[in-house]
Amino acid sequence: MNSEHKTPEQLAEAARKELAGLKKPLSPKQRMAIPAQEMPAQDPAVRRGNMQEVALGYSEEQAKLEAERCLQCPTKPCIKGCPVSIDIPAFIQKIAEGDYKASIGIIRESSLLPSVCGRVCPQESQCQEPCTVGKALKSIDKAVSIGRLERYVADWERESGLIQPSAVKPATGKKVGIIGSGPASITVAADVRREGHEVTVFEAFHRPGGVLLYGIPEFRLPKAIVDQEISSLKSMGVEIKTDFVIGRTRRLTDLLEKDGYDALFIGTGAGLPKFMNIEGENLVGVFSANEYLTRANLMKGYDTRAATPIFPSKKVAVLGGGNVAMDAARSAIRLGAEEVHLIYRRTEAEMPARIEEVAHAKEEGVIFHLLQNPVKIRSDERGWVSGMQVLRYELGEPDSSGRRRPVEIKGSEFEMDVDTVIVAIGNESNPLIRQTTPGLETSKWGTLIVDNTGKTSLDRVFAGGDIVLGAATVILAMGEGRRAAAAINKLLAEK
Amino acid sequence: MNRIIFKKQLSDEVFQMRIEAPLIARERRAGQFVIIQINSHFGERIPLTIADADPVEGSITIIFQAVGRTTHLLALKNAGDTVEHLVGPLGQPTHIEKFGRVICVGGGIGVAPLHPIAQAMKAAGNEVIIIMGARNKQLLILEDEMRQIADKLIICTDDGSYGRKALVTAPLKELCEADPKPALAVAIGPPVMMKFCAETTRPYGVHTMVSLNTIMVDGTGMCGGCRVTVGKETKFVCVDGPEFDGHLVDFDNMISRLKAYKPREDADHHRCHLEEVIEKKAE
Repeated sequence: MNSEHKTPEQLAEAARKELAGLKKPLSPKQRMAIPAQEMPAQDPAVRRGNMQEVALGYSEEQAKLEAERCLQCPTKPCIKGCPVSIDIPAFIQKIAEGDYKASIGIIRESSLLPSVCGRVCPQESQCQEPCTVGKALKSIDKAVSIGRLERYVADWERESGLIQPSAVKPATGKKVGIIGSGPASITVAADVRREGHEVTVFEAFHRPGGVLLYGIPEFRLPKAIVDQEISSLKSMGVEIKTDFVIGRTRRLTDLLEKDGYDALFIGTGAGLPKFMNIEGENLVGVFSANEYLTRANLMKGYDTRAATPIFPSKKVAVLGGGNVAMDAARSAIRLGAEEVHLIYRRTEAEMPARIEEVAHAKEEGVIFHLLQNPVKIRSDERGWVSGMQVLRYELGEPDSSGRRRPVEIKGSEFEMDVDTVIVAIGNESNPLIRQTTPGLETSKWGTLIVDNTGKTSLDRVFAGGDIVLGAATVILAMGEGRRAAAAINKLLAEK
Repeated sequence: MNRIIFKKQLSDEVFQMRIEAPLIARERRAGQFVIIQINSHFGERIPLTIADADPVEGSITIIFQAVGRTTHLLALKNAGDTVEHLVGPLGQPTHIEKFGRVICVGGGIGVAPLHPIAQAMKAAGNEVIIIMGARNKQLLILEDEMRQIADKLIICTDDGSYGRKALVTAPLKELCEADPKPALAVAIGPPVMMKFCAETTRPYGVHTMVSLNTIMVDGTGMCGGCRVTVGKETKFVCVDGPEFDGHLVDFDNMISRLKAYKPREDADHHRCHLEEVIEKKAE
């Protein structure tokens, strides 16, 4: 089906030959002449029918060759582009030298979840965006593939069985409660536990991992990787309580006042799906991406043994242009939809999704409809979705986000027949904790207000991740977690 | 893991269970529910209302009808068995205060969630009149428990096998016309019953609260699967409800949303019954 698809073996072989031909030391010009290494991937025709990971990871030859593309430039703009300031040139240098252990050691000084971040970070808008190589070659696609290299050494470490749980200092007798078990919470749990404090993680779902588990699909982030991170926490002595909803099973204030917690971290995520406020949004067959993905991922809807049903869709429309929209569209294909249409109000240039996810979605047959937006959803006589009325847009002046504002073209409405609509236009903050915690200050969007250490308006209560940022990324959540953990450790050391 | 302490079959497809859940028993208030998942691997998460709780024993009571795959599997469990996951108490508790005369209407299994609400209304000093309805005598549940709470108990059956041969809306209408006028009606039962209770009280301006049991996954606001149209707004049953003003709920939309997975559920129901028959034959 896809004649351009190269197998991992072909890519490895080409890299091996290229590597053998390199005459060291390499001049910057020679480094820039090395072809950017393509990520080996499952054949699109095959992967449409399975849930396994799409991107297969570099071979050793490819990783070494890609590492040689780094100029080790003195300005190191990549480090500034990384939300947790990983020493990127240094870890890449170690890959070029073949010292993977040293390489992952450098990453681990700054990042806790390299296997995850190497897979899901939007590198093209972070570390790879300012890369000197990409700038010189006038293409973001030609920047050094920092994320793929990060993934390579993180996977090498895991597959070699070298992941060591961090050393834990002697017990301090202090107790820290962490609410939620997504990326921000995992980071805080590890950083706080390291200092010898007792740590309990409270998770509302039956399995820990948060958005890494219920949101990001298996084909983009294998759940075995998330489970590994969780088991690292457990082996450090972090206690994880699932089926525990703070605000309901126990109030936040009770944890502080009655249960003896010295500090708390709230990392409950964004988790309240937004809808578009258009007619027909509550018809049968309209889902939030959260619901659709949770059914598919966490509840294993892709497996016929799962009790959780998945709506039987033939023609699916996914509304949105972010990673979640791509995840939903690509999940729908794998769950057997005949046609999947992605509808986005702006153009591809404005899409917040990672370039790789957009490319993968297209390869898998997702049909993109740009500069379009539904105005109403129609139903049949039973109240089930039968189609949408869609309006066309054109780009106007830039708005406050700097992106050109889509302006509707009057009278351009047309009908689109679909039986399923998945809304992936973002999340608002979950109201549970703010409703049940007096004195916890929130913004007008319902996100928690924190100071520059991550502390909320309540003493001893910190927060981070999407509950503070609104919808953001795994790496930013991790960065926020780091900051809050440092503040918690400082507070408990002083107490 | 939560251990089942006690199990009793109330009617053909309706079961009562007391399950160990000390944290939920301590925090729960009238009107709240739990989500249950029998096993982690392939189990589904379903909401069930809390019919009663005993904070001393550390247990909650659930009453459920074996209609879907999970409720059938649950019905096969016995005292001493466990369910892997039980989370709650979820949802907003019922707003309880002294209103005056409160009419509590329960249909079929809806009497189970109505029980703690009627209890709390009575404890707050209200005059509580309870109307209980079922298709026939055999399907009536919690009659003794409700009789203990009620200032007056009215029983209706569709076939007249017990109490009045009437729908619950008939005595409800009479009470709306009586003096004193009810300050509040609480109706819990099948969606169609709640819809017609709301229609019955509407002309009399009697505020009518209904408790909705919709399809849910997480139960904490994350998925939005439970959403209903109330007035012109979209509300989430799990975090905004489960109780809403019955005069504002779009019941037709809610009823169609409940049928989203009907073909699959019917197939499961059929298969579960077959499995039960096979199991009984094997015994």
